[in-house]
Amino acid sequence: MTVLPDIADPRRALRAARIKEFRTFARRFFRNPLGVIGLAIIIVLILCAIFANVISTHDPYLPSLGDRLAAPSAEFWFGADELGRDIYSRLVHGSRLTLLIVALVIVTSAPIGLLVGAVAGTYGGWLDKVFMRITDVFLAVPKLLLALAFVSALGPGIVNAALAITLTAWPPYARLARAEALIVRNSDYVNAVRLAGASEFHIILFHVIPMCLSSVIVRMTFDMAGIILTAAGLGFIGLGAQPPLPEWGAMISTGRKFIFDQWWIATIPGAAIFIVSLGFNLLGDALRDLLDPHLRQRN
Amino acid sequence: MNAVLKAFIGIGSWLLTVAFTLLGLAALTFFIGRILPIDPVISIVGDRASEELYNRVASELGLDKPIWVQFWDYLTKLLRGDFGISFSTSRPVLTDLLRFFPATLELATLGLIVGVVLGIPMGVASAYWHEKWPDHVIRVIGLVGYSVPIFWLSLVGLFVFYYLLGWVSGPGQLDVFYVGVVKPITGAILIDSAIQGQWDIFANAISHMILPTLLIGYYSLAYISRMTRSVMLEQLSREYVLTARLKGASEFQVVMGHALRNAAIPLVTVVALSYGGLLEGSVLVETIFSWPGIGNYIYSSLFSADMNAVLGGTLLVGIVFVILNTLSDVLYRVLDPRSREAGR
Repeated sequence: MTVLPDIADPRRALRAARIKEFRTFARRFFRNPLGVIGLAIIIVLILCAIFANVISTHDPYLPSLGDRLAAPSAEFWFGADELGRDIYSRLVHGSRLTLLIVALVIVTSAPIGLLVGAVAGTYGGWLDKVFMRITDVFLAVPKLLLALAFVSALGPGIVNAALAITLTAWPPYARLARAEALIVRNSDYVNAVRLAGASEFHIILFHVIPMCLSSVIVRMTFDMAGIILTAAGLGFIGLGAQPPLPEWGAMISTGRKFIFDQWWIATIPGAAIFIVSLGFNLLGDALRDLLDPHLRQRN
Repeated sequence: MNAVLKAFIGIGSWLLTVAFTLLGLAALTFFIGRILPIDPVISIVGDRASEELYNRVASELGLDKPIWVQFWDYLTKLLRGDFGISFSTSRPVLTDLLRFFPATLELATLGLIVGVVLGIPMGVASAYWHEKWPDHVIRVIGLVGYSVPIFWLSLVGLFVFYYLLGWVSGPGQLDVFYVGVVKPITGAILIDSAIQGQWDIFANAISHMILPTLLIGYYSLAYISRMTRSVMLEQLSREYVLTARLKGASEFQVVMGHALRNAAIPLVTVVALSYGGLLEGSVLVETIFSWPGIGNYIYSSLFSADMNAVLGGTLLVGIVFVILNTLSDVLYRVLDPRSREAGR
């Protein structure tokens, strides 16, 4: 690339353009109040997870049978559960588990799906047919039930639950990446890169996958809400995190026995799940309005 | 002649797709059954058994054969309707499933009706008053439905409407003294009690059913209203809508007669998909309301480590899923002349 005498200048211009793009993006984002609320909820969740030891008032694992089923009070802000453990502290510590499951599922399912879809779309032919058939099979099966059967076969636990959710969560990413790859694969600039000697692998990694990122981010945000609900459902059934871990779904399931007399044991963790999942959905909605190219054209 | 041949090839390739999906589903459940950390032989003979006995039982179960032979055996058994024996009820799994399925179907169908009857008008209103307050309100209702853990909402619903207010009956399908009075004919309690003229039981069943139905209906309403909104938004921005307005058609005529009619075709798919989602979503609701359906069956089988029953249930719901998907595909083609043209 000796044609360009001064490489520093265009780079600086590129960086300036990116910063400007980001600023307009942020400005448009902050104009949407619902999206800001969603973002705030998620930030609070992350802060809770980081500072769980600081802001919790009790040990989340230490039973104290004297305070069994205590009602919400100045000492136990959200009451105490059937072993006298402070629900507020368990809730705060449970945010770590929630984030852990979400992170585990996202970092596995999105790359797998992206790779399968991008390879299928770029190579085409029988590889495309086989990969997409497999994707369709996974899309056609009932997700929660598949995850349920999978965890019950593997044995309960957080990692197995995350694995099972991954198994059902990757196909939409494959669909997304394939659609994008089909558009990109014969475009002029990709052909130019190909002529310059880039391998198909290089094209997939540096030209196809980056094109999918904005739709993938939107999809991920919505997915996180779904993952939280599925993980909580598995925990509720008893297939997710095992006691004494303060997983929110499992907390609801222990509180279920006391729902009529000590309603706070089951309802408060559920409210936490609801709020966090709502936060991800609100953020996803706002991001989609900003990033979706179809909607962007309309505005 | 040529057209007939093409139609045959079309139907053939489409049947092949369905068959492949079902095969994939069977392969998945087979695979899940195989990764069990529990050795099925040891669970029968116990861990003190001699090697000779172990080997005999293993070969009786067909576990010494190559894996593809085992898969073939599994498939042929499935095709004969043999889903294995449930360890907990010691009946064939298929018999159990067919006994519990009508109750699930009843709940899911009623829920779907609620979802469609409320969800579609809500979606239409949301699209018509785009970015106005009805849109915001309906979108928030939908978002809440998307975000709420349904098993938790069921618990809260029981607490408020059964325990605090006493408006509905509690868990179960009927009050205890009505259980077993109605002879099961179809398996759906409302239909059975109505056929036999047991109207007091019918009323009792409704009071038990109304809360889970509404909850499941809300769950599908969230999805249906959201999809209706986006489909209607697209239709309302089309030029034929402008034309209709210019011709002087009333707003009602424009929205209901023109836009909704065109939106109806994609909405068929949406409704079919949400029906499948309801069958699955009712698993968690059924466990809370002790509803004697598939969900409760799978749930109780999980605790007795009864994998035949769990996988059988998964397979059954999966098959219904595939059938619904295919059905919505077919309906789409029948209803939309354009896709028929494109298919040729």
